[in-house]
Amino acid sequence: MTLAPDGFAFVADLVRRRSAIQLAPGKEYLVESRLLPLAREAGLDVDGFVDRLRTRPTPADQDAVVEAMTTNETSWFRDGAPYAVLRETELPRLVAARGGAGRLRVWSAACSTGQEPYSVAMTLLDHLPAPMSSEIVATDLSEQVLERARSGRYSQLEVNRGLPAPLLVRHMVRAGTEWELSAAVRQMVSFRAHNLLDAPPVGPFDVVLLRNVLIYFDLATKRAMLDRVLRVLRPDGVLLLGAAETTLGVHDGWERVTVGRTSVYRPLAARTAVPVPIPAAAAVASPFVPAPRPAGFAVPAVPSPAAAPAAPLSRGAVR
Amino acid sequence: MKALVIDDSRTMRRIVARALEDLGFEPPLQAEHGRDALDQLEAGAEVDLACIDWNMPVMDGLTFVSQVRANPAWRHITLMMVTTEAEHGQIVRALAAGAHEYLIKPFTTDAIRDKLDLLGLVPAEEHV
Repeated sequence: MTLAPDGFAFVADLVRRRSAIQLAPGKEYLVESRLLPLAREAGLDVDGFVDRLRTRPTPADQDAVVEAMTTNETSWFRDGAPYAVLRETELPRLVAARGGAGRLRVWSAACSTGQEPYSVAMTLLDHLPAPMSSEIVATDLSEQVLERARSGRYSQLEVNRGLPAPLLVRHMVRAGTEWELSAAVRQMVSFRAHNLLDAPPVGPFDVVLLRNVLIYFDLATKRAMLDRVLRVLRPDGVLLLGAAETTLGVHDGWERVTVGRTSVYRPLAARTAVPVPIPAAAAVASPFVPAPRPAGFAVPAVPSPAAAPAAPLSRGAVR
Repeated sequence: MKALVIDDSRTMRRIVARALEDLGFEPPLQAEHGRDALDQLEAGAEVDLACIDWNMPVMDGLTFVSQVRANPAWRHITLMMVTTEAEHGQIVRALAAGAHEYLIKPFTTDAIRDKLDLLGLVPAEEHV
């Protein structure tokens, strides 16, 4: 079943008016898949649900639609496995290497609305030995999502996405219809605006999370980004990429270490890799960023940077 | 994977059951309340996961969770509350009674998948 064109146009207009997010033609399947759970809950098909939205609009339905279209790009402890590796392998290794003292620094790049850095913060709270302190630097190009991230407040639908219930009750309290992170977790993360095509935040870092970002870029840009990360990561630090991403065939300065059902990346010991020049196309001030990939969807074909519109780099919104 | 969906709303049972089937579960067993679900387990129903509403007639979800946890033969069953009850204290009570996870209505299929992933219950082919 395909969402009727006028139904799509209606939803796109609603979402644009309520969130400033553009749903361009071609996103019909995305809209349909996001609305399907709401339609099912109402005992309707998607067309029937959109029809109800048009003929008998309610604030609750409208809120649910906007939320469904805007909050599914990121989740707590996304994919699970990388956090298990961090907890069980990489943190113990780094703690031992630092002699159980000092400060562990983490960079969460393209952090969107904050679920990733806050998930790291919860992990560190529970697994970093007391003498060690930590600093999590979380960056995104979009001030809008950073503002949301700083607020530490999340909707019910957002906390449903991947946050284990025991951690929810330990680290969050109800604040009206939302949930609010504890000060202890929020204080661990500092958010700042940053363009991944610019010079990286000041290092060195022990852990870098660059997850589900590289998939949107061409080879030269991926290589340049990995080169920048290499410059600010400690020699024994670790890079976590998204499940569909790798350094293999992209940048030869990294060693892939497979742990369980996931992989992490460490700088090659001797750093023998030839530095990769940053391509001119990637060095422009206004970055190319195609539409984020919705969960479960195929990665879109990547057009050339010159042909793409300038847009902020963020995983927190559907464009 | 085999699931039991416990909810006094037939519509909600159907929604949860369909979401589970989409995630690779066998067509789930269904129960209208906690007592109905216990009867099915006592009759030998094989279940890996129970999705449990809180407010139901005859026996509520919290009582069902306590009853299941009191029987060592059912120790392997993963218990997930699926409910509109969204207060901090209620989640704490459910976890203390023995629930493993807590999903608050309304939810999306993605949210169910995330929860099952946390519980190690998503079939392998669902992983990217």
